[in-house]
Amino acid sequence: MIEAKNLTKRFGKQLVFENLNFKINDGEFISLIGPNGSGKTTLVKILMGLEKGTDGTLKFDQKQTIGYVPQFRNIDLDYPLNIEQFIRLNLKFTFSPAKRHDDNELITDILNKTNLTTLKDRPLGLASGGEKQKAYLAQALLNDPQILILDESTASLDVEVKMQLMDLVQELNQKYHITVIFITHDYELTQKYTQRALFFKNKTIEDVAVKDISKNMFEMEG
Amino acid sequence: MFGYEFMREAFIASTFIAITAGLVGVFVVSRNMSFLSHTLSEIGFSGAAFGILVGISPLAGMIIFTLISSIAVGSLSSESSRREASISAISSLFIGLGILFLSLSSESSSYATNILFGSIVGISSHEVNQLMILALFVIFIFIIFYKPLAFDSFDHVGARAAGLKTRLLSIVFLVTLALSVSIGAQIVGSLLVFVLMTLPAATAKYLVHSVPKMILVSVGLSLIGVWLGLYLAFVTNWPVTFFISAFEVIAYFLGLSYKNWKLSH
Repeated sequence: MIEAKNLTKRFGKQLVFENLNFKINDGEFISLIGPNGSGKTTLVKILMGLEKGTDGTLKFDQKQTIGYVPQFRNIDLDYPLNIEQFIRLNLKFTFSPAKRHDDNELITDILNKTNLTTLKDRPLGLASGGEKQKAYLAQALLNDPQILILDESTASLDVEVKMQLMDLVQELNQKYHITVIFITHDYELTQKYTQRALFFKNKTIEDVAVKDISKNMFEMEG
Repeated sequence: MFGYEFMREAFIASTFIAITAGLVGVFVVSRNMSFLSHTLSEIGFSGAAFGILVGISPLAGMIIFTLISSIAVGSLSSESSRREASISAISSLFIGLGILFLSLSSESSSYATNILFGSIVGISSHEVNQLMILALFVIFIFIIFYKPLAFDSFDHVGARAAGLKTRLLSIVFLVTLALSVSIGAQIVGSLLVFVLMTLPAATAKYLVHSVPKMILVSVGLSLIGVWLGLYLAFVTNWPVTFFISAFEVIAYFLGLSYKNWKLSH
């Protein structure tokens, strides 16, 4: 479980949010919504230990690992690694043949889970937007995360490809009980896939049930 | 050809130079630092001239200058457009300084051309030993940091997301880059050492699709380049650097054509 108590973050004098109080249970699929600059990514950074809260606490079971799928990546057409090799970047170095064997099985398993087996030899630079997002997801899954954070992973995708990716994430959530935190500006996807939303507004958050999520919560400006 | 001591020394030295340059080059290219490696070699020239002026070895002068400046440039700015501009400003300053140091020192100008354009006759067995130790050190560092460095170089965003200490990795990389530039300049010359540090790796990128394979192809291409260059330089008495750069440039364009051909089939 992830639990925030009176969590406050300031950059210098600028207040990002204050007194956030919420809980996210294990195995939940929730979305973080709200305008750009309202603190969604900052919250995620605090969760990952890349930033520190100014006040209050954000606690979760430290035995749990977090897989984070970032929003932007520098992958151009000439990017040389193929999809499998890209995913493998996240493996630890080993001399042990047994460990190497395990790693190979893990890669096979993750390629299967993410439907990338037939695409594994394709250079990532030449892959489609949806295939790239799947590869990013697969790389994050290598650490066997109990918490998966998707930072606007569907933003640049076609509707159909979006749904495919989200179906995949939903399957991971339901089959393997992975907690999913989905940062998004997409009303339809929150409706279809997530169980509730944390809505960032006016320097704080509201805990919103799926049925109460409304379109005007997705206006980009605050 | 191997009857001559200087050719044996040159071959051993070039072999080590090619291995380090080919290896480090894969990371230079994937981190988009070709321009920085070029600047470092110019700074290296200035360092070598400084070494001559104050009476330490040119190699030591080079290492001091490139180490300090690579760390300075690396921490200068993460904004790439500003970094480009800063790097060109720094590189102009150091070429100027190099020329000043040379004119202040009493050494003849042939020394300067050796540093700038490379030479196969200028290297002593003592210097070969120094090169080998430095090259082995660079290779050793790469073996230790291989996995995280590959992750950070080929997917910086992912490496940060996975919690790697990317700042530390960047410094480790810049130190090895500075050393490799200094080593390479001894034979290839500081003006063209960046040919070996970038072209074989850039070619490899078009041919293969995994990090270990890229390293193999890149090291292979730089080895062929320096061996062929030394042989042809020996036979024709033309400068070794010419043959090396000609070979690497041809290989690069063949690689590029191969990639384009593959894309259209």
